[in-house]
Amino acid sequence: MNMEFWLPALIVLSSLLPGLVIFLLREEQHRFRTTLNLVGAMVKLLLVGLMIWGVFHERVFETRWTLAPGLDLVLHADELSVLFVTLSTLLWLVTTVYAIGYLENTPHRSRFFGFFSLCVTATVGLALAGNLFTFVIFYEMLTLATYPLVAHKGTPEAVRGARIYLSYTLGGGMLLLVGAIWLQTIAGPLDFSQGGILGDIEGLDPAALSWIFLLLITGLGVKAALVPLHGWLPQAMVAPAPVSALLHAVAVVKAGAFGIVRIVYDVYGVEFADSLNLLLPLGVVAAVTIIYGSVRALSQDHLKKRLAYSTISQVSYIALGTAIVGPVATVGGLVHLVHQGLMKITLFFAAGNYAETLGIHKVSEMNGVGRRMPGTTLAFTIGALGMIGIPPVAGFVSKWFLGVGAIEAGAAAWIMPVLIASSLLNAAYFLPILYRAWFRDAEPGSAAMSPRKGSLETHAFLLWPPVATAALALAAGLFAAAPYSPLEWAEIIAVREYRE
Amino acid sequence: MNSLPVWLVVLPLAAALLAVVMPARSAWIGVLAGIATFLVAIGMAWQVAETGTLIHALGGWDPGLGIALRADPLSAALLVMSTLVALASGWYATGYFTDKDQQARFWPLWLLLLSALHAMLLSADLFNLYVTLELLGLSAVALAALGGGRAAVAAALRYLTVGLIGSLAFLAGVALIYARYGSLDMLFLARVIGPEPATWLALGLMTAGLLLKSALFPLHFWLPPAHANAPAPVSAALSALVVKAAVYLMIRLWLDLFAPAVSPDLAWLLGLLGAAAVLWGSWQALRAQRLKLLAAYSTVAQLGYLFIFFPLLMALPAGAARETAFGGLVLMALTHGFAKSALFLAAGVIQQRAGHDRIEELGGTARALPVTTFTVALAGIALIGLPPSGAFLAKWQLLSSAIAVGQWLWVPVVAVGSLIAAAYVFRVLGYAFGPGEGARKALSDGREELPALLLASVATAVLGLGAAAVWQFLAPMALLPGAS
Repeated sequence: MNMEFWLPALIVLSSLLPGLVIFLLREEQHRFRTTLNLVGAMVKLLLVGLMIWGVFHERVFETRWTLAPGLDLVLHADELSVLFVTLSTLLWLVTTVYAIGYLENTPHRSRFFGFFSLCVTATVGLALAGNLFTFVIFYEMLTLATYPLVAHKGTPEAVRGARIYLSYTLGGGMLLLVGAIWLQTIAGPLDFSQGGILGDIEGLDPAALSWIFLLLITGLGVKAALVPLHGWLPQAMVAPAPVSALLHAVAVVKAGAFGIVRIVYDVYGVEFADSLNLLLPLGVVAAVTIIYGSVRALSQDHLKKRLAYSTISQVSYIALGTAIVGPVATVGGLVHLVHQGLMKITLFFAAGNYAETLGIHKVSEMNGVGRRMPGTTLAFTIGALGMIGIPPVAGFVSKWFLGVGAIEAGAAAWIMPVLIASSLLNAAYFLPILYRAWFRDAEPGSAAMSPRKGSLETHAFLLWPPVATAALALAAGLFAAAPYSPLEWAEIIAVREYRE
Repeated sequence: MNSLPVWLVVLPLAAALLAVVMPARSAWIGVLAGIATFLVAIGMAWQVAETGTLIHALGGWDPGLGIALRADPLSAALLVMSTLVALASGWYATGYFTDKDQQARFWPLWLLLLSALHAMLLSADLFNLYVTLELLGLSAVALAALGGGRAAVAAALRYLTVGLIGSLAFLAGVALIYARYGSLDMLFLARVIGPEPATWLALGLMTAGLLLKSALFPLHFWLPPAHANAPAPVSAALSALVVKAAVYLMIRLWLDLFAPAVSPDLAWLLGLLGAAAVLWGSWQALRAQRLKLLAAYSTVAQLGYLFIFFPLLMALPAGAARETAFGGLVLMALTHGFAKSALFLAAGVIQQRAGHDRIEELGGTARALPVTTFTVALAGIALIGLPPSGAFLAKWQLLSSAIAVGQWLWVPVVAVGSLIAAAYVFRVLGYAFGPGEGARKALSDGREELPALLLASVATAVLGLGAAAVWQFLAPMALLPGAS
């Protein structure tokens, strides 16, 4: 068989098969399990590299398998899926390394890594989904694979957090399902296509299309944590650090945001959605979420909770960029999909390191931690500065394009204040952390004074992942104009979405 | 080669007799017969796919005089499902019954039940349908009482009464048809039956009997105690196969034989009862204290989905859309058959190891019985209707048809029913993964855990990924008439 058919399927299988094998392993087979995990991640990265090269040269990769009349499982590689698939694959590799270090000598590791692989499989499947039906399948699979990860610790708190997560996401999944079925019933099987498809179909009822849009976006908004559907996210941070990192950076939250991008651009088409007056409400919800998340983050003393509210706020930049009509804002939203992932995963890795190495969970305990763990704190600092939007870290690029896009679309009057307020709020909740970590002295006897156990500040597998992702976040900002950079790729997508 | 349908009836019957004669060897006989019938069913399905509907007149008598067996795609598909479920449950039963005496009583009844079930799925005339329905009901009652104990016997007696009333109503309908049309051959009747009072009365009687037997809300009262108190392999067969046999007859009567005489309004009534069953059954399953009772109420709900298909099929014009919806109905029935039998078998394992099946005390089960817990999860995915199970695709087609014909009522019913199903499945899993002593860590017995896992995987993976084959297989079905 040819590569054009098999490549997308292989990318999905490269984490599915290791995951299934891992379930069957005994706890003590950790060497085999680690090898399997890393080999799977490397193979996937290699295959994705092949796909990037192919898509850049306009090769068409598509796996198609008929499940039922009118329902095809389609895995298709276009520029947008490549953007997301690359992000997931890269961060999966890093997070796997981190998780191996983080979970060393804890029970139930086969179960953990099994579901971990399924979770990534679902994310990659979402990225490659070529139609709404396939997207729904992987969206539900993601819910199922993440639930045991959130509940992993087995404490009553973890079980409760997982149950809340599940009720939100299954409910959202049902709305998405009904919306998808309704749309397919009136418009036929819909393969995603750049520029949208619904605008070309005659005789569709605009009212029905608006209702469907509402169903789809509400269903996706649960995972994307749009206010008021965000309630599960702060609860889900009871998960182990690598899970939180993946959840906030690529898997769940990002899957929701990615879905919104797909619906607006590749199903409705941004101009057609605008002509139905659907984008302004989406933009308003996104703006409210951005401000709300930041305000709530201010008052959280628990570090992971502060980061969780920050995610609620930051991910909505993607939805905001999607809701503004105009290629520049599109670029801003799309590139933030990658940039937010790099920065947020760094922050969660670092938070995990503080908790794991020093037992520090709260911002108020972080005095002087920079001297004890300089590498981790440096990475955290880069991530935080990027979130605020300080150049040259990647976050600045996203905000710049969003701002320029808003001006270009004539929506500057209400979007600029949102962006400025959000940046100020970001500074207000991140800078005090940095100040404490670097400039305040640790109190004698506090965790930050505890001596090192080895030559490094923490386990090597815990230290290098945040350093690597921080470096990537920096590089994505510094070399934003280089070929194959996330920005460059987002610009290619934007050009193809606007078909004038 | 046309005699394959005959073997499906004769093999289990002969094995049942043999098991009576040689009780010490009955388990061997039962499993061998299970393997053989499964292979025959596969072979027959193959033949049906190749050459179309098979008709076999026993002893060479013409239909109308002698007994004829007919295997069309619908019955072939259900036969493959039921022989596989029966094989896995039988394999499981060899390890389940520890008491030699019980073992010896189980097998003849079990094989008789299968013989009756196969004969019913293959019958081509109404009288044989009645006879096989009666045989099926009686052997099911005997099996349900096998566990002994007051609760089981009381439930079985109620089951017996309900079953007898149901078959009597059915028989009265059959007699009426014979008096009016002078024949019981379904192929002949399908050509002559028209909309007139005698037909309506007959259909009403037969439908009433079948609804009682298929436990459609509010006639479901007898099912939960009977299914929850029977031995696990019996519960599996009762929930997965026996109630479905009555639904099969409903499909035959409403969509085939009496199609010219039924009105869409009556189909609406079936749908409404189905919707009530979905909501009520799921809600009761959520409130159930015991795992097997949960599984039994879940059957009430799942049967409800099948009845929601009736008004949709009546409203859809003949053609591709209708065939798609019909395939969804069959896929739903098949998936439920595999998933529910898997769930009952898994519940049996838990009950034997832990000494109880109280849901709130299942803590630690995931650690003690990982394979069985995994089976419960897989079966649960199919019961909720999540991908990649066959039920997901079936529900998609159900909702799609509902939207297409504008019967919006079913959309929230299916959505809410599925969410309640998710709640009851994850309630069990939540306790199973929670802390606790769990089941006794006995030597894991592959004979008990593997058949359940096999059935659950068929429901969730095979039927999901290979579902296109179901539609392809059913495509030549000639039974669908145009909507009136």
